[in-house]
Amino acid sequence: MSNTRIRIDFMRGRRVAALLSMIAILIAIGSLALRGLEFGLDFTSGTSVRLNFSQAAPIDAVNSELEQAGYEDAVVVNFGSDRDIRILLPLDPNAEAASEAEQAALTGEAIAALLGERVDTGVILLGSDYVSAKVGEELAEQGGLGMLVALGIIMLYIAVRFQFKFSVGAVVALAHDLLFTLGIFSLTGMEFNLNTLAALLAIIGYSLNDTIVVSDRIRENFRTLRKTEPVETVNISLNQTLGRTMITSFTTLLVLFSILLMGGESTRGFAIALIIGVIVGTYSSIYVASNVIIFMKVTREDLLIPVKEGAEADGAMP
Amino acid sequence: MLNHYPAWKNLLILLAMVLGVLYSVPNLYPDDEALQVTHESQQLIQADLDNITTALEAAQLATIGQELNDSGILLRFDGVDEQLRAKTAIEDALTDDYIVALNLAPTTPGWMQAIGAGKMNLGLDLQGGVHFLMEVDMEAAVLGRMEDNLSNVRSILRELRIRTRGLTMVDSSHIEVRFASAGDRSRARSELIDNFPELQFQNREANGLFLLDLRMTEDTMLQIQRDTLQANRTTLLNRVDALGVAEPTVQQQGSNRIVVELPGVQDPAQAIRILQRIATLEFHLEAGPGAPRSSFETYDYVAPEGVFTVNVDNDVILQGDRISNVRPSLDQNGLPQVQISLDAQGGNQINRVTRDNVGRMMDILLIETRSRTNPGIDENGEEVEEVEFYEDRRLISHARINSALGRQFVITGLTQREAMDLSLLISSGSLAAPMTIVEQSVIGPTMGRENLEQGIRGVQIAAVLVVFFMLLYYRVFGLAANAALIMNIVLIFAVLSSVLPATLTLPGIVGIVLTVGMAVDANVLIFTRIKEELRNGLPPQQAISAGYDRAFTTILDANLTTFLVAVVLFTIGTGPVKGFAVTLMIGIITSMFTAIVGTRALVNLIYGRRRDLRSLSIGIAPVKPAAGKN
Repeated sequence: MSNTRIRIDFMRGRRVAALLSMIAILIAIGSLALRGLEFGLDFTSGTSVRLNFSQAAPIDAVNSELEQAGYEDAVVVNFGSDRDIRILLPLDPNAEAASEAEQAALTGEAIAALLGERVDTGVILLGSDYVSAKVGEELAEQGGLGMLVALGIIMLYIAVRFQFKFSVGAVVALAHDLLFTLGIFSLTGMEFNLNTLAALLAIIGYSLNDTIVVSDRIRENFRTLRKTEPVETVNISLNQTLGRTMITSFTTLLVLFSILLMGGESTRGFAIALIIGVIVGTYSSIYVASNVIIFMKVTREDLLIPVKEGAEADGAMP
Repeated sequence: MLNHYPAWKNLLILLAMVLGVLYSVPNLYPDDEALQVTHESQQLIQADLDNITTALEAAQLATIGQELNDSGILLRFDGVDEQLRAKTAIEDALTDDYIVALNLAPTTPGWMQAIGAGKMNLGLDLQGGVHFLMEVDMEAAVLGRMEDNLSNVRSILRELRIRTRGLTMVDSSHIEVRFASAGDRSRARSELIDNFPELQFQNREANGLFLLDLRMTEDTMLQIQRDTLQANRTTLLNRVDALGVAEPTVQQQGSNRIVVELPGVQDPAQAIRILQRIATLEFHLEAGPGAPRSSFETYDYVAPEGVFTVNVDNDVILQGDRISNVRPSLDQNGLPQVQISLDAQGGNQINRVTRDNVGRMMDILLIETRSRTNPGIDENGEEVEEVEFYEDRRLISHARINSALGRQFVITGLTQREAMDLSLLISSGSLAAPMTIVEQSVIGPTMGRENLEQGIRGVQIAAVLVVFFMLLYYRVFGLAANAALIMNIVLIFAVLSSVLPATLTLPGIVGIVLTVGMAVDANVLIFTRIKEELRNGLPPQQAISAGYDRAFTTILDANLTTFLVAVVLFTIGTGPVKGFAVTLMIGIITSMFTAIVGTRALVNLIYGRRRDLRSLSIGIAPVKPAAGKN
């Protein structure tokens, strides 16, 4: 490789970056512990009432009417179009209905009647559903378990293909990206629903992809640049992959922003989650994974291919 | 050096492209709005179609196609409006036993359907429909089995004349039998142990009595749960079929839940009515010739020779819950029959009755509890719909008693078809354990369509932007990458529509978007590498070859790791997580193929055979190193 010029000395700022990352992650963990996540109805039990208005729904008026009628904990959101709203209500434990589903139906009718009388005579009840929390918990457990198993398998694969230190780097970067994204959801109070969960899963894929590409180059350079210091080798690798990192992030963000702007309400959550994930994922593949590898004192010897294969591989290099 | 692919590789790409287009094209044919008319128990006939046609004519509605087939009557309409009005008109004209379901009918040409090319299944979030999560009462299932055991133990001990000081069910998995002497207990134990292999026996002494504890093993309880869930799922599947839904999902979730998704169905009340139908069986004797009018009821019996009436005696000789197993089989002469196994008590009961009534006819009644809504007036004088429950009784078997029956007996004299139907009716007619709906939701067709349209619009605009950028940045190579990108999307659609029975959901679309991003990434990796090799002074042909080779390991590592994640998610996750994992897995495979093999073939085609190639159109000119010459 003759292209070993360093255009940007990424690793110079690595201690500052590590500090910033740690602070950000601590804030994220703190917020998750104290504030938690604003779980959508996918994860909490309650009643969801969907209504269609004859004109743009006056959310403020709906809110105050609901409050006066005794539905203090109701959350009113626009849904799909500005004429459609969704009202989320916790279950009333004192209700006389035989089942939660029936309670949901009754609540829906009561609210539609109330708003039809007070706000908009043309209001149509689109549906009122009961969502049980147990289901959400089961899914969240599965999602959490899935992530843990996935992390384990990734570590194993990278340990075999690369080296254990790279496994740690990739997994730390992954955890960093996921915690950061979750932290932002917690701090801003954006709704966390199944689509957001799907986005988190996609972030695993994206962050990993980015980290592996960089790690791959680091591995290659450790093998070919014999007299360079590890920090410099990492720096060179980051510079070589910088163009690709930027272009890929750019095209992916292009896709995500068009979904955010065009995709409507139902896809907004995951577009936002993924945009955060892609940005932080790009950052982490430069600063988190590489940082961990250097911190763990990666050496050329770690990556030397066993002699027999090594002879072949070296022969192939010009 | 020249870059070219062997002919077989080019042919393979061509073949993949042709198949991809062929199997994704059906998605471009819009479905017709349709109504599916079925009957809860009978085959529909031409007369039904005539009735419907008359009703539609009266309502001045026109169909654009009608069809009478094994699964019912399918009517196609021009638009949702007509479809909905027709539904009301038909429902008014037919009785409550008919089911009129909103449906979508494919319009793909016959030859496409013949080669298995069809449309993608859309999830509820994209198409609308109803979703139920039903929980099976496992406690009841285990308890039911143990109650059976209790009465069986009691009757066996009575038959053997072993005296007990009482039997108690301590809890749903534990029976306690008390004896006055150790001798009685050991005699009972040795008799019972052969009859109940699924129970564990243990001796115990308390208050001067000799106790025998019968406990259900953990394995047996799990087995019962599995069987119950399976049996309930089968029952639900049969009932869902009666609804005539195009692509129903009846899926096990966890250890005690069943998910039922009915795309296109917009009336949950009707679906619930059918899904939660309660059915039981009763065994009766046929009333004797001179029986008083008050001692029997008359039923129609549909036999192959025609319909005739049967007088069924009012006394129940056996309840259906005594049946432990039913299956169709063949007798020693190869004639179809239905084998019925009863529990011990049921065996005794039927034996007592039948040994005195050999030669008479035995009848089986299927009793279903259903609900119907009637218009009514409530206390405020407003019109409301009242739900009324009623019993529907049907004679499903009428057969001669040839000898005294025991715990196991057969019903013969049936056709193959009848034997199948009867055993299905008996085994699926009733649910193995009660079920409750723990979650239900209805997603409107407009909301589903909006989700789909917005999702697709998002992907389209994204694709256009990415294509434009790649072309601008990588020129001719960008063109190759774009061709590969389009082919990738076509292949994903083809696989999702025809090869895998996957259902596309909103998270699934995210999966596709991610793979589109990753497919572009593979090409970016390759092209950056080629540029780098050019910068290092390699001649264009070598640079192309080296770029593809070196980038390959990186792409493979990155994609394999992501693929592993997708596999884990697919194995562990349910519902939306699974949908996402499926599209991600498919996307990774197709994108590796198109981004590496596909673009290489195009690049080879454009540049590969030119010996005098001096430069490549790969965007921003590579920085030439001082010593380099190209």
